[in-house]
Amino acid sequence: MENRETILSVRGLKKSFDKLEVLRGIDLDVKEGEKIAIIGPSGCGKSTFLRCLNCMEDPTGGSIIFDGVDIADTKVDINIHRENIGMVFQQFNLFNNKTIIENIMLAPVYVQLKKLKKSKAYNRRIKISNLFRKAEDKKQPAIITETKKSIIKNAREQAERLLKQIGLEDKANVYPSTLSGGQKQRIAIIRALAMNPKVMLFDEPTSALDPEMVGEVLNLIKAVADEGMTMLIVTHEMGFAREVATRVLFMEEGKIAEEGTPTELFDNPKNPRTVQFLKAVL
Amino acid sequence: MDFISKVFELFSTEKYMDMIFKGLGTTLSITVVATIIGLVLGVIVAFVSIAPKSKVMSVFKAICKVYVTIIRGTPMALQLFIMAYVVFAIRGFPKFLTASIAFGINSGAYVAENIRAGILSVDIGQTEAGRALGLPYKATMLKIVIPQAIKNVIPAIGNELIALIKETSIVSMIGMYDLTNASKIIGSGNNMASYIVPMTVVALFYLAIVYLLTFVIKIIEKKLRASDRR
Repeated sequence: MENRETILSVRGLKKSFDKLEVLRGIDLDVKEGEKIAIIGPSGCGKSTFLRCLNCMEDPTGGSIIFDGVDIADTKVDINIHRENIGMVFQQFNLFNNKTIIENIMLAPVYVQLKKLKKSKAYNRRIKISNLFRKAEDKKQPAIITETKKSIIKNAREQAERLLKQIGLEDKANVYPSTLSGGQKQRIAIIRALAMNPKVMLFDEPTSALDPEMVGEVLNLIKAVADEGMTMLIVTHEMGFAREVATRVLFMEEGKIAEEGTPTELFDNPKNPRTVQFLKAVL
Repeated sequence: MDFISKVFELFSTEKYMDMIFKGLGTTLSITVVATIIGLVLGVIVAFVSIAPKSKVMSVFKAICKVYVTIIRGTPMALQLFIMAYVVFAIRGFPKFLTASIAFGINSGAYVAENIRAGILSVDIGQTEAGRALGLPYKATMLKIVIPQAIKNVIPAIGNELIALIKETSIVSMIGMYDLTNASKIIGSGNNMASYIVPMTVVALFYLAIVYLLTFVIKIIEKKLRASDRR
């Protein structure tokens, strides 16, 4: 794990809502393939921290280096980076006006159509400017292999494949309101996966579920983890954190109070607050 | 029986019916033009007031806030007077336009509030999910939030439209000949010698229009809700 590349680097991250300081300077390096569980008492800022990582909440201080760019900078086009950061919410947030397969296809199709449009516009510009260039200076137009049709077709195939993997292919054309919580959350996870993200953020993915549905969602997250996805998970499932995480962060009052491997942190906690917290939840 | 025979008289006399239909035409055309102005204005104002904060936007937001506050805080009749006797106090300027603009501007403020409420009623999680997937604000609004908001907004817009139709009756205050005014003129002059008859008939006209509109709105609502229960 040591020689892997760092893909997310957080320095001095701060966030306050008006006068309430929620995050008081967080430093964290996430290496490729790491699975980081974030635990802590409620109100310690763990969800806010996660939401700052894809700028759902704009940080008020510090930097988040992702893909070599500081995405905490408000001048950066965050949408491009969000394509590479998947997020799963506590409340699932499937699009209610779209069928399941539309839910999964929407973002990939949108993003690729936008790229197609961009490269077509680029080629038009090249074509016109080539008229004024000497033969040896003429620029090559970008090669476009995709069409609108093929993009949609590919996205549909991918969505169907993902649905099949979680055994919900028969739900492709129904609306989210007819699904159970566990099914919704699994769809939400593959919807994020359909963008082929580099990092996945899970914000208490099982907290809104009935107890009997927690297992199916955790199993899917585990399967995604086993495929090598880098992920950060805010969770109250200590057993799950111990099993899946490669590193556990204990947050307290907007700071990382303690971090370590699951064995270190769960079996041999050093910070008295960690001890107290684990005693209360285990 | 006098009442019924007078109703017959009213319906069978061409002169009276002409007056009523002329009034009806004015009422309906003001309503239609005002509705269009109101919807366009309402949509613009609603989107400005829910748009994310920025330096340029805050100026427009302030303008919209003032607009909605003034329109909702002053009587419609006064707004109509100001339009007719101050803003468009130009000789020969068509009163029909004056009234349409006055009602359109008035309606716009209410429509804006309805649309704003409808959009805000869509769970913020829907927006967050869209944005988290990398969709820009505009695309998230167009593809996810607005289709859901429309369902919430249609009944409120319908109410506003119904209120607007009835409210146009005050155009007689600036001397326009609308449906309400027609009933008064038929009743006061001529050989009718009765207010109750033309006014009852005109009331039925209003009722019929409003009922028809309610019916249409119900159908639209039902169609939009179809996807909810599938």
